Amino acid sequence: MSEHHDAHAHTHSAMPYVITLGALLVLTGVTVGAAYVNFGSPTINIVIAMFIATCKATLVALFFMHLRHDKPLNAIIFVSSLIFLAIFLAFPLIDIGSRDKIHPYGLRVREQPKQAAPAAPAAPPAAAQH
Amino acid sequence: MSSDSHGHAMEHAFRQHHFVDAEQQFETSKLGMWLFLATEILMFGGLFVGFGLMQSVYPEAWVAGHHHLDRIMGSVNTVFLLCSSFTMVMAVYAASTNQKSKTIINLIATLAFAGGFMVIKYFEYTHKFHDGLLPGRYFSYAGGGPPEQAMFFGFYFAMTGIHGFHVLIGMGLITWILLRAMKGEFSSAYYTPVDLVGLYWHLVDLIWIYLFPLLYLVS
Repeated sequence: MSEHHDAHAHTHSAMPYVITLGALLVLTGVTVGAAYVNFGSPTINIVIAMFIATCKATLVALFFMHLRHDKPLNAIIFVSSLIFLAIFLAFPLIDIGSRDKIHPYGLRVREQPKQAAPAAPAAPPAAAQH
Repeated sequence: MSSDSHGHAMEHAFRQHHFVDAEQQFETSKLGMWLFLATEILMFGGLFVGFGLMQSVYPEAWVAGHHHLDRIMGSVNTVFLLCSSFTMVMAVYAASTNQKSKTIINLIATLAFAGGFMVIKYFEYTHKFHDGLLPGRYFSYAGGGPPEQAMFFGFYFAMTGIHGFHVLIGMGLITWILLRAMKGEFSSAYYTPVDLVGLYWHLVDLIWIYLFPLLYLVS
């Protein structure tokens, strides 16, 4: 009975874990360094940071969480949660990104009275204070 | 049970009767853990989505807010969590290869890194409490800047707070399997709790991998 379980247990060496840790630490250095570089727009910086984070997350999932040698069903559960998270993120972002095409202030409703103030004829100091 | 061979009796000690064999029990436990981790990802996902949306609406408040976070402390905490993930996977490896003392040493190292993470978190939080960098209407920072920083710190405390709570729960779970490992309950035939707590711990690390650049490295 026990040899059956031994075949299931990890028979490889611990070396892949050491290499994974090294890669993760290097990528942490890269992402901190990249934060000090201006790539042209904040959006590009965020995309680069998220790309590096995804590389790190992939290493953790494949090696530390054993998805590389695991039953595919576990990876399917993991990846499908990420797919639904991407859908969750994408549609509100499209929504907010296109708000100002139909409303001049987008979501920043707090600024509406200030912008509307010149149109109001009465009590300009109070409107400016607002 | 007394008529069984030694190996069989050992398996009976941990295998529940509704499973065909120990491997099926192990795979089933792991499947359940992955389903739980998927719900964890979706729970944190809600916070990440809200954070990303408000960042796109108030980018200047996000930049101003992140200037109050210490990149050195954030980087050190990232290294602590990555190292703790490494020692955790080494503990799983040691448990699955019948190395009791290596399992115990690696679990203690994992606890030490997690403790270091919480100590730094404590210093970061007390600093922010002192400066009034608090969520919503509790925001009382005197140094000026966009008022929506109050929202940034709402996300900051919600995200790092729930994450920190997960670290504390993880420390409790690691302590639990450490005590069981010291009693010699794990072997290559049975190390499911070590493996599952490991999966949980790696997910906590994985979430921090995204929290760190999003919160500390905004530009």
